[in-house]
Amino acid sequence: MKAIRKILDNIKPTFSKGGKLSFLHSSFDAFETFLFVPDTVTHKGAHIRDSIDLKRTMTMVIIALMPALLFGMWNTGYQHNLSVGANLEFWPTFFYGFFKVLPIVIVSYAVGLGIEFAAAQIRGHEVNEGYLVTGMLIPLIMPVDLPLWMLALSVAFAVIIGKEVFGGTGMNIWNPALLARAFAFFAYPSFMSGDKVWIAGLSKGEGVIDGFSGATPLANAQAGLDIPSFNDMFLGIIPGSIGETSTLAILIGAALLLFTGIASWKIMFSVFAGGLLTGLLLNALAPEGSYMAVPAWNHLVMGGFAFGAVFMATDPVTGSQTERGKWYYGALIGVMAVIIRVFNPGYPEGMMLSILLLNTFAPLIDYMVVQGGIKRRLKRAVIK
Amino acid sequence: MSDHIRLRKGLSIPLEGEAQTHITKRISPDKIAIKPTDFKALNAKLLVKEGDLVKAGSPIFTDKTRPYINYCSPVSGKVSEIYRGEKRKLLEIRIDADQTIDYLQITTPNFRTATKQELIDTLLESGLWAAIRQRPYGIAPNKDIDPKAIFISGFDSAPLAPDLDYALKADIDQIQIGVDILSKLTAGGVHIGLHATNFASSPFHRLEKVITHTFDGVHPAGNVGVQIHHVSPVNKGEVVWTLDMYTVAAIGRLFTKGIYDVKKVIAVTGPRAHKPSYIECVPGINISAISEYVNLKGDKNTNEHPLSVRYISGNVLTGDNVGKDGYLGFFHNQITLINEGNYHEMLGWIKPFRMKKFSISRSYFSWLFPGKRYSLDTNLNGGERAFVMTGVYEKVLPMDIYPLYLFKAILAEDIDKMEAMGIYEVVEEDFALCEFVCPSKTDIQEIISKGINLMIKEMS
Repeated sequence: MKAIRKILDNIKPTFSKGGKLSFLHSSFDAFETFLFVPDTVTHKGAHIRDSIDLKRTMTMVIIALMPALLFGMWNTGYQHNLSVGANLEFWPTFFYGFFKVLPIVIVSYAVGLGIEFAAAQIRGHEVNEGYLVTGMLIPLIMPVDLPLWMLALSVAFAVIIGKEVFGGTGMNIWNPALLARAFAFFAYPSFMSGDKVWIAGLSKGEGVIDGFSGATPLANAQAGLDIPSFNDMFLGIIPGSIGETSTLAILIGAALLLFTGIASWKIMFSVFAGGLLTGLLLNALAPEGSYMAVPAWNHLVMGGFAFGAVFMATDPVTGSQTERGKWYYGALIGVMAVIIRVFNPGYPEGMMLSILLLNTFAPLIDYMVVQGGIKRRLKRAVIK
Repeated sequence: MSDHIRLRKGLSIPLEGEAQTHITKRISPDKIAIKPTDFKALNAKLLVKEGDLVKAGSPIFTDKTRPYINYCSPVSGKVSEIYRGEKRKLLEIRIDADQTIDYLQITTPNFRTATKQELIDTLLESGLWAAIRQRPYGIAPNKDIDPKAIFISGFDSAPLAPDLDYALKADIDQIQIGVDILSKLTAGGVHIGLHATNFASSPFHRLEKVITHTFDGVHPAGNVGVQIHHVSPVNKGEVVWTLDMYTVAAIGRLFTKGIYDVKKVIAVTGPRAHKPSYIECVPGINISAISEYVNLKGDKNTNEHPLSVRYISGNVLTGDNVGKDGYLGFFHNQITLINEGNYHEMLGWIKPFRMKKFSISRSYFSWLFPGKRYSLDTNLNGGERAFVMTGVYEKVLPMDIYPLYLFKAILAEDIDKMEAMGIYEVVEEDFALCEFVCPSKTDIQEIISKGINLMIKEMS
């Protein structure tokens, strides 16, 4: 440890102001603060500060994503092996998925962090930790058969147009991970909306056994076909984006986020509640056999609903920032997600668009809550 | 008459080094300093020059914009140095103190029969007016504006704060006289906030002519701003006065003895304090007078040297870093000694266990040890970042205020918004805990200070 510290102290002047490589200051700083908590002390205001910082906060989210990632790797192998009729033993299945998913994660981080570092360098800022989470979220919401170049383009779009043009982490309006997904979806619709992209190898036409469609439960629901059992969908043994299928794995992550208080329980709860109530309402009105008749609780475990509720809607930057607003914001996401799913003829999923829509309206919700606060303050009691 | 207010939000920071309740030193200082910077928005005009002899109670400087407010010397002696900073900003007026304090005699009216105007004139003349602060803004009040009410906090909830019941128990008669006087200056009454758990045993509970409110909760429940907010919030155009108990006692002494006597019992505290306990002193003493309380054998840094000490005049949340040759601030009732945190910690941000660190976040395990006390240091524990996390400040601010929106209004210099968001009700100390918990390491008290200064400028 001391040796590393010594090396860093030795090369630090080169990267500091006036040094030969001072233009790389932000990158050096990023690596140094990664290795060591800096020795900065408080200068103004409170002399002591809480030990939590954004690095640790973001790391907690990444840890919370691990169950979904690991399950996604296994499920990638499982769905592939199912499609080609291969052996379904655990480890080979997992490793097949591992080697399918790993490049996606690497490309996501390489492209995204590359842009982040460059942007920080240009601005002369410290590198923000925000992309550490986004870079893990993006692979988990992409279909496994997405070509890596499409992924790279989506990431670049999301980071540059979605985040850096607004000023970087903390300034963006829309969730960058979902923007990447939306970009891929709207830029390559024919590719993204079929039944084949969800299973590794399927879009290249690798040997498919008879009767295997690869369609996601959402697609089946829209087409009025049978959907898998609630249990299968809850456990996640279904086709879908890499990390979104297993509600169970997502809930394990949710437990960590809620326990550490990093994600808002108000948002999470109200997304699920909004989705469930809307589903129940539609069930009550539904004609037999239509998408509307899909049991409400199934909506919560299909597609990206759970993943969106736990990891996307709770993004503090793009979500509602007032405590009261979080209830409205979450509930509306749930409501809109189910409505878009059921009444949109083209595309069976609604979570992505619902969250992006509410990202847009979150400032309006906050505005109304804050105006309410101002009115309340004006009406306050005077001295007794 | 009393009512009970329960505050659910806030945070008690478990810092080591609480003062033992006995007075271990009575300091008769050989040098003191009066710092114009202790008084917010003050544009000081000097009334003395180097070499002048002054008495305790002699005006040292006054306010250029409100020349009727005097700022007086707490001791008698010789002005040794006028110490200025950048751009000749007046920082300290240093005085070599006499062995025994020679007080300037002030003719005071009988407080029982005096008129309101006589009382105000006496307060102004004596220099104690400067120790009264009005809300909005936390500045000395205007003599022509009657306060809606007067608020005094009967307990200090800040980390390691002195126990006012103990520190002021000898002054209770003077405090009663001070309250009698104050109650003549406002129609809204003198309000005292006491802590719910021990209000009955507090000497302040027996004060007469006051309206007592009990508060249940952790810091910042003892902040007078929080108490005002829950009793009678300051709306636009309203002014309330706030005093600390020490000032009330000094007002009592002024009207009984005719002298400016601001002697007080304060706490020497903190993880680097050798024998944390109480001392008797006057405002402005040199910190070197408490050098025997400094524990020089502190924790080691990465190079095995002991960490240096930060000398804080005041508490760890709102105090000033004055250094070992600095001077105690006028409004500060404690000295806190903590470790400087200028060390590197390898991969500290990800370590699952950092037993010496405290956090309200459950990503650390300090929540498992509720009784544990910590030796917290001045390390920032991270880098400054853009604002990301929401809902954090709200957990430690027991006021009906949207902290984030107030900060935004201030940063945007939007006067109307600041007004609507509650700038009149707050001073820096109310947001100190928000600053402590902020994961983005934003200097929030500085933002509030900027907002208040802007309001003073725009509204005058």
